[in-house]
Amino acid sequence: MYEKTLTQLAASLKSGEFSSRELTTHYLQRIEKADGKLNSFISVSAEQALKHAEIADNARAAGNAGPLAGIPLALKDIFCTRDVKTSCGSKMLDNFISPYDATVVEKLKTAGTISLGKTNMDEFAMGSSNENSFYGPVKNPWDLTAVPGGSSGGSAAAVAAGLVPAAMGTDTGGSIRQPAAFCGITGLKPTYGRVSRFGIIAYASSLDQAGPMARSAEDCAHLLGVIAGHDSRDSTSVTRGVPDYVESLNAPLSGLKIGLPKEYFGDGLDPDVEKAVREAVSVYESLGATVREVSLPHTHYAIPAYYVIAPAEASSNLSRYDGVRFGHRCENPSDLIDLYTRSRAEGFGEEVKRRILIGTHTLSEGFFDAYYTKAQKVRRLIRQDFLDAFEDVDVLMGPASPTPAFDLGAKKDPVSMYLQDIYTIAVNLAGIPGISVPAGFSNGRPVGLQILGTHFAEAQLLNVAHQFQQATDWHLQRPAFAEEYA
Amino acid sequence: MQWETVIGLEVHVQLATRSKIFSGASTAFGAAPNTQACAVDLGLPGALPVLNEQAVAMAVQFGLAVHADIAEVSVFDRKNYFYPDLPKGYQTSQMYHPIVGPGDVEITLEDGSTKRIRIHHAHLEEDAGKSLHEDFHGMTGIDLNRAGTPLLEIVSEPDMRSAKEAAAYLKAIHSIVTYLGISDGNMAEGSMRCDVNVSVRPTGQEAFGTRAEIKNVNSFRFVERAIAFEVERQIELIEEGGSVVQETRLFDPERDETRSMRTKEEANDYRYFPCPDLLPVVLDQAYLDHLRSQLPELPADKRERFQNELGLSAYDANVISASRDMAEFFEAVHIECGDAKQAANWVQGELSGALNRENLSIANSPISARQLGELISRVLDDTINGKAAKEVFQALWNGQGESADAIIDAKGLKQVTDTGAIEAMIDQVIADSPAQVAQYRDAEPEKRGKMIGYFVGQVMKASRGTANPQQVNGLLKEKLDALL
Repeated sequence: MYEKTLTQLAASLKSGEFSSRELTTHYLQRIEKADGKLNSFISVSAEQALKHAEIADNARAAGNAGPLAGIPLALKDIFCTRDVKTSCGSKMLDNFISPYDATVVEKLKTAGTISLGKTNMDEFAMGSSNENSFYGPVKNPWDLTAVPGGSSGGSAAAVAAGLVPAAMGTDTGGSIRQPAAFCGITGLKPTYGRVSRFGIIAYASSLDQAGPMARSAEDCAHLLGVIAGHDSRDSTSVTRGVPDYVESLNAPLSGLKIGLPKEYFGDGLDPDVEKAVREAVSVYESLGATVREVSLPHTHYAIPAYYVIAPAEASSNLSRYDGVRFGHRCENPSDLIDLYTRSRAEGFGEEVKRRILIGTHTLSEGFFDAYYTKAQKVRRLIRQDFLDAFEDVDVLMGPASPTPAFDLGAKKDPVSMYLQDIYTIAVNLAGIPGISVPAGFSNGRPVGLQILGTHFAEAQLLNVAHQFQQATDWHLQRPAFAEEYA
Repeated sequence: MQWETVIGLEVHVQLATRSKIFSGASTAFGAAPNTQACAVDLGLPGALPVLNEQAVAMAVQFGLAVHADIAEVSVFDRKNYFYPDLPKGYQTSQMYHPIVGPGDVEITLEDGSTKRIRIHHAHLEEDAGKSLHEDFHGMTGIDLNRAGTPLLEIVSEPDMRSAKEAAAYLKAIHSIVTYLGISDGNMAEGSMRCDVNVSVRPTGQEAFGTRAEIKNVNSFRFVERAIAFEVERQIELIEEGGSVVQETRLFDPERDETRSMRTKEEANDYRYFPCPDLLPVVLDQAYLDHLRSQLPELPADKRERFQNELGLSAYDANVISASRDMAEFFEAVHIECGDAKQAANWVQGELSGALNRENLSIANSPISARQLGELISRVLDDTINGKAAKEVFQALWNGQGESADAIIDAKGLKQVTDTGAIEAMIDQVIADSPAQVAQYRDAEPEKRGKMIGYFVGQVMKASRGTANPQQVNGLLKEKLDALL
């Protein structure tokens, strides 16, 4: 069953080929067998999943099951869930059970999907390799010595290994697209405001956005249709209607204008990755698209601007973890300051502390204008770069990451890790949507093609990605791990 | 040396919304601890704020009432600091782009003179919770019911020059917010709190002295006392060769003094930045026009109308217009009786006295405006005299009758104005008081005026208070003088 895409599984459930209970059991067994090696899950909720599968089967028998009813999924452990612990990959929240479901979780439940558990992630979504988790690093199923990418590394690895047909991730600077690329799956970061952030533990509020990670663009289209839409509990979610993302998948691409940002093909780009991306672009040409070079002149300011804005917001967002009301509290605090400092010193990992310090510094009196205000100006310029480019072309294409997945432990200094996100980070600053689709391999490790569109162009991105996947089979490749261990 | 006091106030007004500024939890006062705090107020992971529209409308109404510029775009910022009763580790406030811009308020001083105090701006923010230090055996209890309660912080310019002016300003703000109905103005429950900035400078000097900020002063009286103490402290300090340091001080009403809380060096760096969870508040002209059209007549307008159209003194007009409830009560009494001065006297005198004695607000007065107006009418048309009126008032207060007329009838208090009947009573009193008559006759003419009081009293007693006192006076004088 695990060979099938989510779309195919939905058809099988509908036709009665197997029940949701059987399907759920199948995936739970795979997790049981293989996840000891991958470490992609923080919590597995088998009992609950089976109970929900039965409810879905009953609904189907009664004739009122929606198209995705009974489909097993996994949730990055950043989505608040009632009943199941929500750790955000941190010791700080190792004991935290949310009293409510995130809006995304609620919508997925309403659609009848079944959560198998919560996936591993970089602590508080801060990282590009999933090595920053309190629960240990996640392995890449294509090569267990490689990282799966981050921060949604658990979701990406679990989908790639066939432990779950699809999973939810979040993307603040590339955290859906980069692990999707590293693990050879399809991952979509929607436009900022397209999906409610309510119940998603905040890292950088003006950049965070949830999206689907699955085997194909078609799978992502089904899931985005479920999770997108306005939420009165999130002021930054938009009221704009949700189109039928599945319906538009098959629109022909003839006449599609593709832009290749020259800044995305410069120094530091792995030649294999470049080759794979250029070959993908030529597939599009064969499908009737035209290609031209464009420029996003402020690209090289994206990482510095991001590492001012995101840590600034994070330093404030993470202030609530103070040991007072929930989360980790140190033993025997001697006074209030001791309670704060030891609870936070013990509860947060290195990278989280580093970003809190950076953010606290950049917001400080005397530094605010030089850092934060300046970074916001840069952010506007970066956004304008994209808007200008979309005057001339329909979509932009380039690599999702400068290299394929690197080895565990390979990136020791934080800055070289930050540079991993050079092609993804500007997209969050601009608020536009982006999708990463499998486009080949480099030494056995997957390469991702990133496709970008203007604000709310998700339907177009999914259509463009789907047409590529109709013409190629990169997205159908499976790591040997999927068969060997599971 | 002569010193001048310079005062600026930051007044925190709790807005009377039903739910909190960024959540749906109730704002009602007095609930059991932590029963009115939802996920947003608790700062739970993943919870997000959603702005309460009513709080915005209330802030705008205040701005319009103080002739302020309303910001087309205002922005919420985060003020970051750690405190156990601040659940998110930041307070959502408006630092850089407040909703209400510069405006002004007219205050009336005790001598009836007025002064314009400029308002620098007013901004919306959320309140913190409460730390409870008693009853926890060396630990601290935290009640987050108040966390997220909407506050409007009104910041004045340093335009006040005395404690009295500061108190008058605070009263003016109190009366505006209660007129607008945007706050219950209950200072005892903390609905209005105030930080006072005080400095002194030699009279004639233009530059301001170094100021101290006195935190959390929560009554009109305390504002005056805190300023009085602080001014004296600062002058003494300077005259002894010292200098005032910029610091935050706390007023202790028990000891009637202010104490240092923290100096400027110890001040927090709040790391303000725009809250990314909230969109800028954008207001258009139609919205402002709509709110403007809903504004009630405000205290300053009422005061002016009471003075100019109803002929009240500046003092009366000021006192009566200070509270919307009292002003409206007064107006209802006036409509009933037609005499503004009498209405003002009764409302401020007999009625306010009785209300104060029983600690009642005018809204809970046992006597309605209509009843009081009718009572005054009976005095004005000579149905009863002033003494009887007080008796009728007391009877109405005690619920002994539905109306003044009913009580007058039941108690037989109708004034006797029949000259014949009064003359008969006078003749009887004169006949019964030969000694007093003799004294009167033998007295110096200028002392007789005083002595007549005895006879008036006797006649009034004989009439059980119903005789018209003016008539009694006149007739008595005639009859006694005839005996000379």
